[in-house]
Amino acid sequence: MAATKTTVDITAAMVTEAVPLADWLLVAPVLLTMAGGAISIIFRKKSATQPWIAITTIALVILSNIGLLNHVLTNGVVTMVMGSWLPPFGIAFTADPLGALLALTASVATMCVAVFAMNSIAENERRYGFYPFLLMLLCGVTGSFLTGDIFNLYVWFEVLLISSFGMQILGNEKVQIDGAVKYAVLNLIATTLFLAATGLLYGLVGTLNMADIAGKLKAFDSSGPMLGLATLYFLAFAMKAAAFPVNFWLPASYHTPRLVVAAIFAGLLTKVGVYALLRVMLLLMPEGRDWLASLIGIVAIATMLTGSLGALAQTDIRRLMAYLVIAGIGAMMAGIAVGNEVAVSGAIFYSMHSVLIMTALYLLVAFMFQMSGTFSLREIGGLYIRTPLGAGIGLILLLAVAGLPPFSGFWAKLLLVAGALEAGRGWVAAGILVSGLFTTIAVGRLWIFAFWRGGNEHTVDGIQALPIAGSSDASEISWSIWLPLVVLTALIFIIGILPETMMSITENGAKTLIDPTAYIGSVFGGIR
Amino acid sequence: METLFSVLVGILFAGSIYLLLSRKLVRILLGIAILGNAVNLLIFTAGRLTRDVPPIIPLQSYLPVEATANPLPQALVLTAIVISFSFLAFFLVLGYRAYQELGTDDLLDMRVAEPKEHSEPPLGY
Repeated sequence: MAATKTTVDITAAMVTEAVPLADWLLVAPVLLTMAGGAISIIFRKKSATQPWIAITTIALVILSNIGLLNHVLTNGVVTMVMGSWLPPFGIAFTADPLGALLALTASVATMCVAVFAMNSIAENERRYGFYPFLLMLLCGVTGSFLTGDIFNLYVWFEVLLISSFGMQILGNEKVQIDGAVKYAVLNLIATTLFLAATGLLYGLVGTLNMADIAGKLKAFDSSGPMLGLATLYFLAFAMKAAAFPVNFWLPASYHTPRLVVAAIFAGLLTKVGVYALLRVMLLLMPEGRDWLASLIGIVAIATMLTGSLGALAQTDIRRLMAYLVIAGIGAMMAGIAVGNEVAVSGAIFYSMHSVLIMTALYLLVAFMFQMSGTFSLREIGGLYIRTPLGAGIGLILLLAVAGLPPFSGFWAKLLLVAGALEAGRGWVAAGILVSGLFTTIAVGRLWIFAFWRGGNEHTVDGIQALPIAGSSDASEISWSIWLPLVVLTALIFIIGILPETMMSITENGAKTLIDPTAYIGSVFGGIR
Repeated sequence: METLFSVLVGILFAGSIYLLLSRKLVRILLGIAILGNAVNLLIFTAGRLTRDVPPIIPLQSYLPVEATANPLPQALVLTAIVISFSFLAFFLVLGYRAYQELGTDDLLDMRVAEPKEHSEPPLGY
């Protein structure tokens, strides 16, 4: 066999020299999480060991993602191909600053959830596979962020989707099954639409490699089919991201799973939809984005306003948080609608911020439930007297999600508004600001009722906290609950105080998206 | 050939969307099954249909002798079939469990996760 092969010139189709060691960082997060997931299934009966397997794995993933982000920022876009087949034949993994930054943020959020879950996921639920599902979810999410092949992106979507189904029904309660039916059916339809669009795109350009598609679509003379595809992709990813007319699955399901599960869902899943929109609309089909810009803008504003007004109308804190997730999605889509460098940089900044803040807020809700035993805005109260530290964390997180300075959300919204004004789309900027006002009212009300008010509804201020049955004392709260909350709050605060590093990364990411030369050059390595 | 298949894909999509709009969970699951197959057929058709020429390269040559069928859409369809089949299996179990727990397969009656009372949120202290 070897003798016959020497007569063929394989250098035209294959990578012949060894892959540089640093480029292995590109597949390391996926390999590590897959291996960690498999190992934790082997240890499924050792429920005390499982969290440590998961935490070790995620710690390694975080280190590898830090290395990858550093590599991408110093050396530009990095590509690695599977099986050494040269693009467009081999499946390429391509990391640009956008993908690497989101992969790192996602692994940090997953780490916080893994630590938090040590205390709040019951032993039998660990045996049903909480940690394997968590690792496979992270595997699917980082795979989506790092892949450079659009069919491969679909496969990662399915990996994260099936893991999320498993987590959604963990606990096997009536409400969970009810929520799971709506969540599962609508998400699968969205993913199937994405697959249909990908099939049609393949029929159009005959390739699945994103860099190749971007190059070929640019050279395409008739734009009609491409515009249709852009619309279909927009619908599919808007459904995944929970944008306005197709987002009713989110508030119907996000309050039903365990709160740590809801935290990882709110942090990661919708952001994968936004990431896919950024990738497809800006890198692959910039013409389609220009054509759809007004529609995306209207959808974005409707999403922001319904999200923040919906949050105002809720009594259940968990449902209030679900509407805050939607409001954030609207802000990121506004960045895509505007589409200039500043606004896209703002959208990337907001995605990163949203991963951290939404995870932190759901963990805060779990903490508040442990302190007060209720999710109702009417019943809850007196948390400030019971836990001043918790009230401080709550205030920071709630102000950060509304986009007030000096926290990370402010800079994201500043970039979005500046970009919208620069592009002459004042109405998008107005939408962002008005929705920010409504969100501030909603979260301010939540903080006042839950922390400031002495007890349940009709309690006068300043009264000692009324004892609430079934709640714990602040001193009984375990370190595994405090640590993730404090770390996430600190990150949000530090990014808010020192935004320059983050801004240069997001600006770099926006540049790579808008001008795909570096991306295409990295994939094809100067071949064309 | 492609035209015929496109029409067939269209009919499958129409049927599946009709079933997906139904209130009954079983019909929705049938709609999902048809939707998955409609998309598989769509990918297959989008890769162009070539009859009778398998992509096999004869010995002693490095390129196919004549134009062959495109093997890539078949690989894509195979992946998609496996995924949609496993999802359908999960959905059948989920649908059955939902029927057991909630005692109905009518989506309008599946409102356990919705808030009970439609009262307004607290407006003041």
